[in-house]
Amino acid sequence: MIRRRTLLEWVAVHSLGVAAALFFTLPFVFVVLTSLMSDSQALSRDLIPDTWEWGNYQRVFDTPGFLTWWRNTLLYAGLGTVLTVVSSIPVAYALAKFRFRGRNLSLMLVISMMMLPPQVVVIPMYLFWAKQLDLSGSLWPLLIPMAFGDAFSIFLLRQFLTTIPNEYLDAARVDGCGELRTLLRVVLPMAKPGVAAVALFQFFYAWNDYFGPQIYASENPGAWTLSYGLESFKGAHHTDWNLTMAATVLVMAPVILVFFFAQKAFVEGVTLTGVKG
Amino acid sequence: MTTLAVKHRRSALRTAAFLSPWLIGFSVFFAYPLLSTVYFSFMHYDGFRPPTWSGTKNWTYVFEHYPLFWPALRNTLWLVLVMVTLRVVFGLGVGLLITKIKTGTGVFRTLFYLPYLAPPVAATMAFAFLLNPGTGPVNSILEGAGIPAPAWFADPAWSKPALALLALWGIGDLMVIFMAALLDVPKEQYEAAELDGASAWQRFRYVTLPNISPIVMFAVVTGVIQTMQYYTQPLIAGKVASGVIQGAGTQFEPGYPEKSTLTLPQLVYNLGFQRFDYGAACVVALVLFALSMAFTALLMRRRGGLIQAGDQ
Repeated sequence: MIRRRTLLEWVAVHSLGVAAALFFTLPFVFVVLTSLMSDSQALSRDLIPDTWEWGNYQRVFDTPGFLTWWRNTLLYAGLGTVLTVVSSIPVAYALAKFRFRGRNLSLMLVISMMMLPPQVVVIPMYLFWAKQLDLSGSLWPLLIPMAFGDAFSIFLLRQFLTTIPNEYLDAARVDGCGELRTLLRVVLPMAKPGVAAVALFQFFYAWNDYFGPQIYASENPGAWTLSYGLESFKGAHHTDWNLTMAATVLVMAPVILVFFFAQKAFVEGVTLTGVKG
Repeated sequence: MTTLAVKHRRSALRTAAFLSPWLIGFSVFFAYPLLSTVYFSFMHYDGFRPPTWSGTKNWTYVFEHYPLFWPALRNTLWLVLVMVTLRVVFGLGVGLLITKIKTGTGVFRTLFYLPYLAPPVAATMAFAFLLNPGTGPVNSILEGAGIPAPAWFADPAWSKPALALLALWGIGDLMVIFMAALLDVPKEQYEAAELDGASAWQRFRYVTLPNISPIVMFAVVTGVIQTMQYYTQPLIAGKVASGVIQGAGTQFEPGYPEKSTLTLPQLVYNLGFQRFDYGAACVVALVLFALSMAFTALLMRRRGGLIQAGDQ
């Protein structure tokens, strides 16, 4: 009797699981199928391509500007991640391990900054970068601030660093290490998963960012990123859903590939953002 | 000479040195522009002529005459009530499901999680295609099954439900958080409840829910904050559905169709970068600031909240 009930439950749970899996994967499947259709078939309501037009992807790469968007996105996401991680680590370390007046206040300010959308300060920031420094039409207004710590990265790293027992730090100090050496030699090697999670989040943030490039890069197509350029790609090929979907796949694919290589660090990071408690 | 005072000063300097990137970043990229936003909200400024004092004109303009403000706020309320609720319920449901799945757990978990990673522009573009009334596979399937198919992003009554569907597709973040919380519920409590003859629903209601209620609260509050900042998806959905081609000289009136996808951040862009009314843009920015801060305060006040890990 019990066995039959558990078998029934197994079947019910896994049927639901398959149904949910279809909901989550079918959009990807339809997008990929459409990206492989011929131009004329993409205008029809067919779901499966008659001929598999792998050349569509070549056509996307041949679109003027597409390779530039790739390069810019890699620069924005890659350099941005390095700058953010390097500048956020010392701050997170101080917030996690130093005792000083105003520590809780600083932490609250970090969290407040993390919760604010970029639109809140965008007007003065834009006037600053565009009118005073004449840097609009480039990604520098987005990259330079990353060299001065990012609230979300600081918060996430700090959460991670507080879990490292103080005994390790004390031992290093007794051995005569200064704080910087303690951080670099003792703490960082233990904090690798936290650093990896922060780097991934920052990389994804920059890869996905639309508002930043829209404000600062839009006037100069040579500075566009993939997320920003994809929309104009749609505009230029408005009824060619096959090409637009091929471009969409090419914007999604790197993120998903990175995820498969770094799945563990990523999921660990997501759990860390909140909420044990 | 290593008196206490010297030691103290040295440690203060050291702290300042470690904090310096953020101290600079906070002042230059946050505190200064925030004060500046308050200042500009009382000025008339179009970016060309020097700013002039205009008192509360920008404020009355935004609240009384700017035609996009109240629709954007109403949309936000709709999204908070419907989209956030659905996301929390669905996220909890998927989290529960994944803890019950015993065969192929890893594969299921990865498949459920992947859509969350899709870049917002790409994901919205994909849904704009999937749900387009002309050739979209969703409507092909619905019509094939004899179900009346809505026009989704092209219909003001269906554009927000379509956005909610997109948000449910990307449930991965909540799924992982709920999954972790569900696995933390003490097993003994379930066993005790089962011995008492509690039904599955009773076990969920009296054991699971009380244990995970802080996480539910966290999901609701962060969901509200995210919704007030909702920008890329409604903007792209509106642009693609309206067929506006981006490029020099095109002015996209946001919120297509019929202001139904307007959100507050889009107004900052519309006022500042399309109408060149920086003063009014700053008013909306401050409304956004006040709303975000109010809910962030709620999040931080919660007992055992965001900061607790490792704090004594």
